[in-house]
Amino acid sequence: MKESRRKFLKIAGVSAIGIGTGSVLTAFASSGSKEEKAAQAAGARFKHRAESLKAGHWGMVIDTRKIDADLAAKIQETCHSIHNVPGIEGKQELKWIWPSDYKHVFPMQTNPYVSEQLKKAPILALCNHCENPPCVRVCPTKATFQREDGIIMMDFHRCIGCRFCMAGCPYGARSFNFRDPKPFIKEMDPMYPHRMIGVVEKCNFCDERLARGQMPACVEVSKGAILFGDLDDPDSNVRKALRANTTIRRKPSLGTSPSVYYIV
Amino acid sequence: MLEKAINGSSKYWIWIASLLLIIGVAGLAWMKQLDQGLVITGMSRDVTWGFYIAQFTFLVGVAAGGVMLVLPYYLHDYKAFGRITVLGEFLAIASIVMCLLFIIADMGFPSRLMNVIIYASPDSMLFWDMIVLNGYLFLNILVGWNVLEAERNGVPAKKWVKIFALISIPWAFGIHTVTAYLYCGLPGRGFWLSAIIAPRFLASAFAAGPAFLIILATILKKTTGFDSGEKALRTLSKIVCYALIANVFFFICEVFVVFYSQNPEHMDHFIYLFWGTGNLVPFMWASMILMVTGIVLLLIPKYRNNLSLLPWICGIVFIGTWLDKGLGFVTGGFVPNPLHEYTEYAPTALELVISMGIFATGFLVLTLLFKMVVGIKQESGDTTPH
Repeated sequence: MKESRRKFLKIAGVSAIGIGTGSVLTAFASSGSKEEKAAQAAGARFKHRAESLKAGHWGMVIDTRKIDADLAAKIQETCHSIHNVPGIEGKQELKWIWPSDYKHVFPMQTNPYVSEQLKKAPILALCNHCENPPCVRVCPTKATFQREDGIIMMDFHRCIGCRFCMAGCPYGARSFNFRDPKPFIKEMDPMYPHRMIGVVEKCNFCDERLARGQMPACVEVSKGAILFGDLDDPDSNVRKALRANTTIRRKPSLGTSPSVYYIV
Repeated sequence: MLEKAINGSSKYWIWIASLLLIIGVAGLAWMKQLDQGLVITGMSRDVTWGFYIAQFTFLVGVAAGGVMLVLPYYLHDYKAFGRITVLGEFLAIASIVMCLLFIIADMGFPSRLMNVIIYASPDSMLFWDMIVLNGYLFLNILVGWNVLEAERNGVPAKKWVKIFALISIPWAFGIHTVTAYLYCGLPGRGFWLSAIIAPRFLASAFAAGPAFLIILATILKKTTGFDSGEKALRTLSKIVCYALIANVFFFICEVFVVFYSQNPEHMDHFIYLFWGTGNLVPFMWASMILMVTGIVLLLIPKYRNNLSLLPWICGIVFIGTWLDKGLGFVTGGFVPNPLHEYTEYAPTALELVISMGIFATGFLVLTLLFKMVVGIKQESGDTTPH
């Protein structure tokens, strides 16, 4: 079982060191555990693709000033079509990235006198790929897990559909397949798997595109309004943007430390 | 001992058949849910847990409530409970069976249930909940069965049985504490993010569980002649009373913190539940009124000691605590959602039918176990207290 698990991670183009590390219980254990060593040994047999994009910790900066309703809709449509997110409407909808507004995306950070521009602006909501993710902590099967480069992944083949991660997520970023999504997918994209009934899904920072050397789809269609890069690299585009602008993150008081930053 | 359960009057068999009928109908509804997914429920992207998980949460309490018989008997040698501790243990078994079935009913991908063991994740409170619930089930089967068998053979129970009975006492507190931890450790859910949740769960459990036992004891006396004894019921009624007072007190503590601090992330859930436009408002107020009424009636000796009135008071207590924990608690935590949007939840008919099937399964287990108990008590001539 462990072997196939590792294969899955390797194919996704990552190291398996994420398993079991960064957890509450192993945080006190000394580094270089058996699991890690085994993962490193396995790593010798799996190579990163030469063209894949790598980072110490992926981060995103969304310049809300540059996104209007049309662009937001286009971003959402692009993301949902390449990830086979079904177009189900109503209370049981699924969404990975969607335009909301300032008072809902930042419910405790608003005030009655925010600028007219901010009041009207579509603010994109998506998974924050938290550094300290509650969803990963609560998952009873490690079906949702944190990669070394900070991306919070979903293993659709392991998820038992308990939806504990949805209760745990403080950002409402996760969706559940209440029904078979297939009839609701307009055009199936063969580059990404569709899901079965009963599993949870969410934004994956386009890990499948990063592995192919491409930027996330939302970044590509955003005309520069969304930046994506390595937060660990002081010279990266995201770090430059963070230095030059005042940015905020969602619900900072919760200690989740989101990897998505907003210029407002 | 099982033969005692298959030897009954026609009324007994009609009861069993009705339960099986409900289970059968619910089984069909569950097949539909397996085929189509949780789309058949009233749950949504915002309210991701509903009636199933709420029943699970409440029933963990009923299961833990059995310890209010086990603790006085095994720790304090309170003899009046000696004859009926097995009823508490068997109620715990039936409740845990229902809890596990509700968890399975709620799963999106139930065929992957074993992933919880295969990919054991000690960071997840659900992992620990699985361990404590199954452990409690095992302990109660072990202790209940052996004590009953010893009684049947007219010998005192073996010493090792007592050791497991003693272990089951802190374990009972454990099951409801861990169940509370499922909720109260989530940073983004203000309604649940409170250290009072586990104590409050225990207090409401120690009211609801013994209240239900008093009702069951009354039914047993009417239908089988087995008398639990006035002294035992009177003591239980006092336990219900003080546990209920503790529950309401803890709730008031929570209400004070929430409304005096005026922190909207916590307060807005309470406003939704008690003063909002949602469909839960009348149920929440009914819960409060029933619990306060229960306290008043149980505090006055004239009413508490009236054994024909007591089961009705216990009914009030049971429904009051159920509305609070089995209806309001879970949904209340999801509304408003993390984006501060309000999405209503109400269970669908199919969701309720499946739930009824699980309740019927629990009652079936309870009936068979209690039938065994009564059969053996009749055999040993122990149908009335000495």
